[in-house]
Amino acid sequence: MTHTTPPVKMTLTRLRAIPPAYFILLGIFCAAWLVVELFGTGSFMNPDTLTNILVRSVALGIVAVGQSYAILSGSLDLSVAYLISVTAVMSSFIMQGDPQRVPLALAVVLAIGVFVGLINGLIITRLKIHPFIATLSTSLMMKGLLDTGFQNFAGSVPKSFQALAYDGWGPIPYSVLLFLVVAVVGEFILRRTRFGSHVYAVGGNREVARLSGIRTARVLMGVHVLVSLTAVLSGIFIVSRLGSGAPWVGPDGAYDLESIAAVVVGGTALSGGRGSVAGTVAGVLIFGVLDTMFNLLGVGAFLKLVLRGVIIIAAVASYAIRSKHEVA
Amino acid sequence: MAEPDSKAQTQKPLLQRNTLLQRLLNSAPIYVVLIILLILVRVVNPNFFDANVFLGFLKRSAPVMILAAGQLFVIATGGFDLSMGSIILMVVLGGALLTNNDPTRTWWSILSLLGLGTIIGLLNGAITSFLRIPSFITTLGMQLVVRGAILLASGGAPSGYLPDNFRIFGRGNIFEVGGVQVPWALVVLVIVAAGDIFLMQRSNLGKQILAVGDNPRAAALAGVRVSQVRILAFILSAIAAVIAGILYGGFSGTSRDAGQGYELQAIAAVVLGGARLGGGQGSIPAAMAGALSLQALFTLLNLLGLPKPLRDAVEGLIIVGAAAYSAVRSRHSDNS
Amino acid sequence: MNASANVNGEKKPIVRMTGITKRFPGVVALNQVSLEIYPGEIHGLVGENGAGKSTLMKILVGAYQPDEGEIYLGDERVTFSHPQEAQRKGLSIIYQEFNLLPDRTVAENVFLGREPLRHGLVDYRQMNAQTMALLQQLDVHHMISPEVYVRDLSVAQQQIVEIVRALSLDSRVLVMDEPTSALSETEVEILFNLIRNLTVERNLAVIYISHRLREIFDLTQRITVLKDGNVVKTVQTCDVTPNDVVRMMVGRELNEYYPPKASSSDVREVALRVVNGSNARLKGINLELRRGEVVGVAGLQGSGRTELAKALFGVEPFTSGSVEVNGRAVRLDSPMDAIRCGIGFLTEDRKREGILPSQSIRDNVLLAFRALRGVFSINYRDGVRGTPSVAELGKRVDLRAPSYETQIRYLSGGNQQKAILARWLASGANILIFDEPTRGIDVSAKAGIHNLLRDLAKNGAAILMISSELPEIIGMSDRVLVMHEGRLVAELPAGVSETDIMLAATGGRETHSEETTI
Repeated sequence: MTHTTPPVKMTLTRLRAIPPAYFILLGIFCAAWLVVELFGTGSFMNPDTLTNILVRSVALGIVAVGQSYAILSGSLDLSVAYLISVTAVMSSFIMQGDPQRVPLALAVVLAIGVFVGLINGLIITRLKIHPFIATLSTSLMMKGLLDTGFQNFAGSVPKSFQALAYDGWGPIPYSVLLFLVVAVVGEFILRRTRFGSHVYAVGGNREVARLSGIRTARVLMGVHVLVSLTAVLSGIFIVSRLGSGAPWVGPDGAYDLESIAAVVVGGTALSGGRGSVAGTVAGVLIFGVLDTMFNLLGVGAFLKLVLRGVIIIAAVASYAIRSKHEVA
Repeated sequence: MAEPDSKAQTQKPLLQRNTLLQRLLNSAPIYVVLIILLILVRVVNPNFFDANVFLGFLKRSAPVMILAAGQLFVIATGGFDLSMGSIILMVVLGGALLTNNDPTRTWWSILSLLGLGTIIGLLNGAITSFLRIPSFITTLGMQLVVRGAILLASGGAPSGYLPDNFRIFGRGNIFEVGGVQVPWALVVLVIVAAGDIFLMQRSNLGKQILAVGDNPRAAALAGVRVSQVRILAFILSAIAAVIAGILYGGFSGTSRDAGQGYELQAIAAVVLGGARLGGGQGSIPAAMAGALSLQALFTLLNLLGLPKPLRDAVEGLIIVGAAAYSAVRSRHSDNS
Repeated sequence: MNASANVNGEKKPIVRMTGITKRFPGVVALNQVSLEIYPGEIHGLVGENGAGKSTLMKILVGAYQPDEGEIYLGDERVTFSHPQEAQRKGLSIIYQEFNLLPDRTVAENVFLGREPLRHGLVDYRQMNAQTMALLQQLDVHHMISPEVYVRDLSVAQQQIVEIVRALSLDSRVLVMDEPTSALSETEVEILFNLIRNLTVERNLAVIYISHRLREIFDLTQRITVLKDGNVVKTVQTCDVTPNDVVRMMVGRELNEYYPPKASSSDVREVALRVVNGSNARLKGINLELRRGEVVGVAGLQGSGRTELAKALFGVEPFTSGSVEVNGRAVRLDSPMDAIRCGIGFLTEDRKREGILPSQSIRDNVLLAFRALRGVFSINYRDGVRGTPSVAELGKRVDLRAPSYETQIRYLSGGNQQKAILARWLASGANILIFDEPTRGIDVSAKAGIHNLLRDLAKNGAAILMISSELPEIIGMSDRVLVMHEGRLVAELPAGVSETDIMLAATGGRETHSEETTI
């Protein structure tokens, strides 16, 4: 059997480097545009709507970038939702509306993020517990500790801090910039650094990675710290928007399962080793476009849930049809 | 792993002595954990082993135990069922809708709900098998669909109440014997447990579920209908969720948040019971013991006066600890 | 073709292992083993499974640590606590299961863990360039590009990537563990030429582990025979015959392995008949399989042998033509169809397609039987309500296991194969298709499998045996079918020579054609 690799195939290989999720995004975008123009109130293709799509994607998007790392390395993180809650509550609690306390609050929540990431990483690498169970447990622990002290909104965020969520640099909201920066940095690290290479390797085949001298435990620790940090950044954005943090903001947004869904819809394999942050961004935007479309169509919250579930399944099915893996 | 062809067979060390205790310890340390937890509860609450108190405990634990059993079928095939919580919500809100406070409609409603559960399980299994999607994603999507659908149908707020003859399964007693009140929930639990144990251990379904989880390719090449087996596992899981939902609705009534997060509890219970998350290993009694242990833990923490939030924290710790122990043990038996 | 160069006695060994002893709980895996490897030599390492070859090599490359003994690289005494350290000193190993990441490119795999950096970032240009240079050195750059994903390469090409990686590590010694099990004859020859070039041009030493004595004799200059953890002898390849080596390995002659064939009276009625069977990969298959005979199927990799088995077992069914079992026309559209007709299929990859590793031997044996019974039927104990007795089946196939409740993955390869055979006997199969029946099974267990095959045939089974090992085909078959590009091109009688088979298998042309590529 001859397996020549002529130049044509190599060009195709490069073309295939565009995550297929973007084609789905394009399709859904066009479909949404059409549907809204025909049936909806308000118009789709105006700057407000488009900005809206981007802004509503920020919270999920930032944490989904982190979750991409987790899933690419063959792991996953279910504790992001409660970490977001902890971040929101702790930052507004510490800030107490005082702009001078903002740096302190930020430092504290980032430190908490690193700490949680390390804990997750240690449980997974040292105790060798399945990431599902490990991160589920840490999320429970955070839930418990959170509920002990806080049942409701705690403290508040200074008005100036809310600029993050509401103001922008010219026409571009700061929040979108934040998302963009996180996404670009995330993709950059993944593609251009050794660490990123090793993330793919550990997710592709941990044993092969190990035998090649990669310190798999370190990679996983790094990954989990990164996920947690992105969760913290998400939480910071959310609390900036809400003006104050409450313990239910994380689970309410279902950031744990939704971020995983966004990553998978973006084309990353759930088993790891294949995919990209760029794809995840497309996945998040797909959800954003759909949400906005539903809003403009007056679709109720519950119907939205149903449609979202269907889209998730359909998107992943379209990838799976192309590959021939045996799944469980 | 050492060369499988190594002349010297270093066998699993604990297998020689075949006493019941050794077999129990081998198969799942969760039984030991459970007994210890129950004893600890008794220490804190001397009434715990009184018939009515203990049966009350079992009554409250029944839904999670049934959920764990259902989840085990799916996990043994190598999958996850994340839709259980939404099914419980469907039962609670849907039951109220269907019965419309009219006790004569209870049986019909229950049958309809079981039917719906079967369809959901069928879809979970079929989509996973034929569209080749990881069950994590399929059931995640289904979780949203079912929740959205039932909230849509019920207008987002629980309408009406569940009639008493519906709720009796969850909160009522079937009979009284010598001052001891035997809850309906216990009867349901025993029936479901017996059925599930039978299916898993004595019927070919159980063996084929384990085969599919262990090596689906080899199973298919031996004539096992892998898709059929997966679909059946998901149906069993969904039906378990329906039954658990009926019990839960019984003693908790209707609520918009019913069932939230229960599937994760069920998965944790199954893992505590020693099942492997990739499939191919697991037992119903152990999964149920895992669920019961979690309940015993809650009760213990409750009795110790720990506020609810801290209980969650400790629960998290215990799950990690037990999972770690289980992982260490299975690695020992893996190393030949 | 025997490598004619004798190792120059004046050259110093590049690797010296002296007095290596390694103990595992309950067994001494290696006992005072000493081994010397010279630069540029191809050194064969043979022995039964469990003789210690893998253990010795794992110690050499740093995956294990010896309990006693020393390793010298040149004059320097070395100890390794991790394979990485051995790699840095120039010792590499290519395992049977490649250590490659399918979703990464060739270059990324070659430099895995050692990605070149520029300003702290991965330098892909450098990586690709260096990989390309190595590919050019091996003269394979026209078929493998550094930027291709490994999953898009054939098995033989992937193996070359492994070699490239070893070269990129400046390896001085390369250990190859059963490198040819998944390669076709032409690919094997290409690999051998590659190895020979590397040893000559770069003075690379190669330690070649294989069960295939023909390859050992084709390629190596010296052979070390291990038995039960001890070195039996190290010999010059040209001084010994394969029989000598086998005798050193087990104490038996090579040709004692094959049981006597079927006489004409042993062969009975037709059990399976295919008329003009075709599908995407097979064309116009006509064959008859009779009870009492063992029919061998030979052919190059990709000739369609496994596809034939899959068609007969309903995995990739025929799309046209007809099939008859026991005289009745049947459709074999799924494995269950085939099983119901009494066909059983032992696949070539036991681990991936045969055993349920974490299930008990008993559950493995009864798998097909239970599938026949259906999902809703009940498990009875052995002997009750028609359930076969696993103990009896075990005896019949000579399965050695402490208990049938043991997980099957603890069994040796030979015993696992016997368990799979028992599975088909339990399902009532009397038409048995074996794909590489003795792959990965050591020499003494092979004989057991061969005897079993012949016994089954004598007792009325019809056996179809696919094998890449020509001695096995010649030794076992009452008739030899040869496949080439999806067709059955020849039917040869017992006693046919290897040359005749190869001639037919290559479509009538000589094996060493310049046009054939990987």
